[in-house]
Amino acid sequence: MAHAHAVKRYSGFMDWLTTVDHKKIGILYLIAGGFFFLVGGLEAILIRIQLWAPQNDFVGADTYNELITMHGTTMIFLAAMPLLFAFMNAVVPLQIGARDVAFPFVNSLGFWTFFFGGLLLNVSWIVGDVPDAGWTAYAPLAGTTYSNDHGMDYYVLGLQIAGIGTLIGGINFLVTIINMRAPGMTFMRMPLFTWTAFITSALILFAFPALTVGLAALMFDRLFSANFFDPTAGGNAVLWEHIFWIFGHPEVYILILPAFGIISEVISTFSRKRLFGYSSMVFATILIGFLGFMVWAHHMFTTGLGPVANALFSIATMLIAVPTGIKIFNWLFTMWGGSIKFTSANLYAVGFVPTFVMGGVTGVMLASAPADFQYHDTYFVVAHFHYVIVGGLVLGIFAGLHYWWPKMFGRVLNETLGKITFWTFFIGFHLTFFIQHFLGLLGMPRRIWQYLDGIGFNEMNMISTVGALLMGVGTILFLMNVVVTMAKPKNAPADPWEDGRTLEWTIPSPPPEYNFAQTPLVRGYDAYWKEKMEGHKGMTPAEPIGPIHMPSPSILPFFMGVGLFVAGFGFMYAPDWGHIGALKTGHFIGIIGLATTLLCMVLRSMIDDHGFHIEEDEILKDLGGKA
Amino acid sequence: MMNRWQFVRRLAPLMAMMALVLAACGREDLSTLNPQGPVAEEQFGLMKTAIIIMGIVVVVVFALALYVIIRFRRRSGDKTIPKQVEGSHKLEVIWTVIPIILLVILAVPTLQSVFNLSKDYSNDPDAVKVIVTSHQYWWEFEYPELGIKTAQELVIPTGKTIAIEAKTADVIHSFWVPSLAGKIDTNPSGNENHMYFSAPKEGVYLGKCAELCGPSHGLMDFKVKSVDGAAFDRWAAAIKEPVALPSDPAIAEVFQSKCLVCHAIGDLGVQAYPNLSGIASRNSVGGILVNVEADDKQYKHEDTVYNNLYNWIKDPEAVKPGNLMSNRYELTEDELEGIAQYLSELTLDYE
Repeated sequence: MAHAHAVKRYSGFMDWLTTVDHKKIGILYLIAGGFFFLVGGLEAILIRIQLWAPQNDFVGADTYNELITMHGTTMIFLAAMPLLFAFMNAVVPLQIGARDVAFPFVNSLGFWTFFFGGLLLNVSWIVGDVPDAGWTAYAPLAGTTYSNDHGMDYYVLGLQIAGIGTLIGGINFLVTIINMRAPGMTFMRMPLFTWTAFITSALILFAFPALTVGLAALMFDRLFSANFFDPTAGGNAVLWEHIFWIFGHPEVYILILPAFGIISEVISTFSRKRLFGYSSMVFATILIGFLGFMVWAHHMFTTGLGPVANALFSIATMLIAVPTGIKIFNWLFTMWGGSIKFTSANLYAVGFVPTFVMGGVTGVMLASAPADFQYHDTYFVVAHFHYVIVGGLVLGIFAGLHYWWPKMFGRVLNETLGKITFWTFFIGFHLTFFIQHFLGLLGMPRRIWQYLDGIGFNEMNMISTVGALLMGVGTILFLMNVVVTMAKPKNAPADPWEDGRTLEWTIPSPPPEYNFAQTPLVRGYDAYWKEKMEGHKGMTPAEPIGPIHMPSPSILPFFMGVGLFVAGFGFMYAPDWGHIGALKTGHFIGIIGLATTLLCMVLRSMIDDHGFHIEEDEILKDLGGKA
Repeated sequence: MMNRWQFVRRLAPLMAMMALVLAACGREDLSTLNPQGPVAEEQFGLMKTAIIIMGIVVVVVFALALYVIIRFRRRSGDKTIPKQVEGSHKLEVIWTVIPIILLVILAVPTLQSVFNLSKDYSNDPDAVKVIVTSHQYWWEFEYPELGIKTAQELVIPTGKTIAIEAKTADVIHSFWVPSLAGKIDTNPSGNENHMYFSAPKEGVYLGKCAELCGPSHGLMDFKVKSVDGAAFDRWAAAIKEPVALPSDPAIAEVFQSKCLVCHAIGDLGVQAYPNLSGIASRNSVGGILVNVEADDKQYKHEDTVYNNLYNWIKDPEAVKPGNLMSNRYELTEDELEGIAQYLSELTLDYE
């Protein structure tokens, strides 16, 4: 044996706390992201109940602003992004024929920092000081002068910690996709979901530091008496808007590109046809990613940047419609001439296409700056972004859940329940948001706690609320599907849809710890389909069977997350917790938290852990047991 | 494929129809689809152009999608593998070029309007200059050329260009009168903004705050009241006239010591908070409690001007959570009634 120390293999709860396995981390992201989706969804329902009647007092004005802030922040940072990371983790290494991501330890760290950041943010509800300046946190409202409880501190610290996780994940996937593709898998033979994961990771790499800078500056304003955004002391409030939106716009492309990837996979598989215009699709994705950094000031058309800026950003924003349109037509022509099967996954994917187009065209309408002077900050914008985020991203996530559930969990989600869920959610969605376009055009601003009676908004708001409740029902139906499915035996085949085209369908459902007994040889795009069409049962291996090197599990990422969580509390409550000697108690606790994290990093650097090997006999046993 | 001229010709009747349909949409004092001034009309024109172009896109995509999902649906038991098509260079060019053309059709009027609407009328002698300062949660309107400072109701002469300079005294708000013009954010000092609009027809137009500014963001309504030129001149003269204090000396004393330390009336008091001159002639109290006759009450937020004043002064926090008047003073019931009565008689005679 090659190792002097015992190989650590945990089981049960400890397994999940220490895992560095991308498949398990994917499931962790799925559970946490799913939980936060429910939290954000509850916040949405409460918002809609408040708005179902004019001058309603279901919640107070302060609580309402907390609900809208937390709904947006939770859904974007703690639900949508983690769910996308769930898929990227679960699927990308399998699609490229790899055994894990490039940096498994860091992958785990990414999850735990996201988790503890999200936990910190939501602890605000329990404490009672909840962020309430919108998910956009404009200054001066977000500063200490106008938000003088700890609410915005939870926002600033929770998001900085969670943001570390996202940045880590982005770097990890960039390196994984560049370095760890199986032999024969050139870039232009990668599945489109992997391509979108790749571009998304590049967007994360460049966009998240902007958010970090902005949050750090706001943190210094709030916790350490800086003045970046305080105009009374020489700072500038509009500066926050620029920094936030330079992050914020690429962020929405980070959200949607992986969904585009999922749609490409699902439509292609269930049409039994290769993706139409693959190279155009790749090029369009790259173009969208690139242009996504050029348009941020379309969120600031009414800020007063002047006609030249408004003109340039209008044109740039309109341009993004072109590559997006290219993708829509390529999906439609993938289906053209195909043999389309409407599984639940495909219902979501096909439902995505017209819905996302509706969201996209209102986006082009918003791109025209002078018209945006009317649309901005009204329910027209709320309708637009929910069409692209819910009608786009969330439908994409549901498609991915149904499509890859068997690969992740070894069971196929119930199809009948899946279809009922789809229709409930889809109809509820359109009912909620289509009517909001009109509310905006008729003069209803967004983020308002109450609207007056007698100005024509009553019926439309009621309809919107009914739709939201339907979406809630749909979500519950999905949860029921999960429960019912997990009770079934774990007997899904490697290729449950029978028309799998990509490498993840060549290995068991769920895969063994090492994914591939032998790294496959990729001979073309849609690597598995190519082999199928030539009469082969599976992939040609690119290496003999031999011991497989695996990374060791570790509890350190968990404790690094805990350390940051504790540090956040300490620094936040420093003004309130008195002194220990010369030092503020809060700062003392903050330092202890940071020291914990730093200690874990030191341990990681000093302790030489070379991982372990899975030996041939175990691999051969797996191969013999499962086809 | 249609050329550009055919495209426009076929669109004109559609546009006319759209104008008819959309124009029926919404109140003329509130809807962006029912513009009452040239700026809002220009913006509505852009909206119509965009809706028509995007409508075409939606129809084409929906038709294609519907055809595809019906025509190529897998018949049960069908195991055939369809022809695997790599792509079509010709189609890629078509669905790249046509959207670009559609965008150019939208971009040209967009660019024209961007520059047209950015015109600064601040130094135009014909324009009425107004400095708009937003506060949590009220609107201050100053007419520097006329020496007037008022609040909540922006009285303007019909047909004249109003040159707005917009800024805030605290957080970012946004000045929006949907039926007359698009909005402009009010930024802290250093980032003042300019915009203009005009109201050819007499009327009261609803104004909304359009940037989250705190708990009462949704209650920060204001009004733009357009009156003919002569009436405006009368208003401008009347609002500057000195105002008598309450006739009852006890009420007058309370009014001065508890109200005029923040508010101004005529040439008395402090200009820090809403100016109260002519308050009873305004459309609403606190921007949100609409003044109606006693027998005309339809909604919760409507009442007589006396009742609105009484309810507002009695408990401002209940009307507008988080506002800065809450918990600043204590009044007996008699004092409250007296002040409300006094203020409800402060009308301006100008219409």
